[in-house]
Amino acid sequence: MHIPDGYLGPITYGSLWVAIAPIWFYASKKIKETMKASQVPLLALGSAFSFVIMMFNVPIPGGTTGHATGATLIAIFTGPGAAIMAVSIALIIQAIIFGDGGITAIGANCFNIGVAGALVGYGIYRLIAGKSDVKSRKRVIGAGIGAYIGINLAALLTAFQLGIQTVLHVGADGRPLYSPFPLSITIPAIMLEHIFLFGIVEALVTVLVLLYIQKSQPELIRG
Amino acid sequence: MTNSKFKIQDLKFRKLWIGIGILILLAPIGLILPELLKAGGAWGEWGADEIAEWMKKEGLEDYIPEGLKRLSEIWSAPIPDYAFSGWDKGLKSYIGYIFSGIIGTALVIGVSMLIGKIFAGENGNS
Repeated sequence: MHIPDGYLGPITYGSLWVAIAPIWFYASKKIKETMKASQVPLLALGSAFSFVIMMFNVPIPGGTTGHATGATLIAIFTGPGAAIMAVSIALIIQAIIFGDGGITAIGANCFNIGVAGALVGYGIYRLIAGKSDVKSRKRVIGAGIGAYIGINLAALLTAFQLGIQTVLHVGADGRPLYSPFPLSITIPAIMLEHIFLFGIVEALVTVLVLLYIQKSQPELIRG
Repeated sequence: MTNSKFKIQDLKFRKLWIGIGILILLAPIGLILPELLKAGGAWGEWGADEIAEWMKKEGLEDYIPEGLKRLSEIWSAPIPDYAFSGWDKGLKSYIGYIFSGIIGTALVIGVSMLIGKIFAGENGNS
């Protein structure tokens, strides 16, 4: 789901830089409002977790690989604003140092994974969990469903952005300049693997870590 | 921040930091499993050199899109694909992967602490 440089034309990656800027501003405001200096390590922990969990490539036998992102999970402990920041920091380091995701596509990747996972995924978790006790089963179910929908929405945004390049950018010879795959290819290719495998992996990681924290340090879960 | 405050935080999150450390050491599973099951990279994350092959697989005319080729060369990452040059196969690649995990995590923690300090600083600490 890390879009590399070259797949998105300037209209798309430019728009997504414009879209992510106010979200980063919102995230920094949220950190200012809700985070005490003593909680800053939690932001670092979230970002480190997101970075490391994305290294665990899950294979489809004979096919492609994918991975969890941790976005919804992090938001359960830090709130969605700080979680977007945590995931964005991981994605930016991945792009600059490891070439995982493009430099031009940083806005796109942070928007897709951060907003879908940390904002929408967390929103669904909150909707299901309501005001239930931090140790309740409702929290776990909400987290699993939120994480699953979050990563699938991120995948859908990615597939959509990749798929519209054949319409947006065509060379003088009529051939696509950037991602050459139309929506009819990108949507099924990316969505099927996320619906049936990577989404489940994301939900599992989220549920397992949350269950562990519920037992060991429930005070970390936001009420 | 004084040292005493750092100690309190370290105690609070110690178990979780150990968890991150264990995950870094286990990260090569993310290389070994795909190798065992003959899985390639993620869909749509191919280099300009591989894309024509995939276009052919999807039933499209295979060529390297001009803009894609140009933009894909915009940045050369220092540690591409979490692998060190000459250390891209077998045991060496797994060790390199762990080193990449350590380097990446250290950078991510550094940037997060900096950003956290800038924005959360005003709230003081409890």
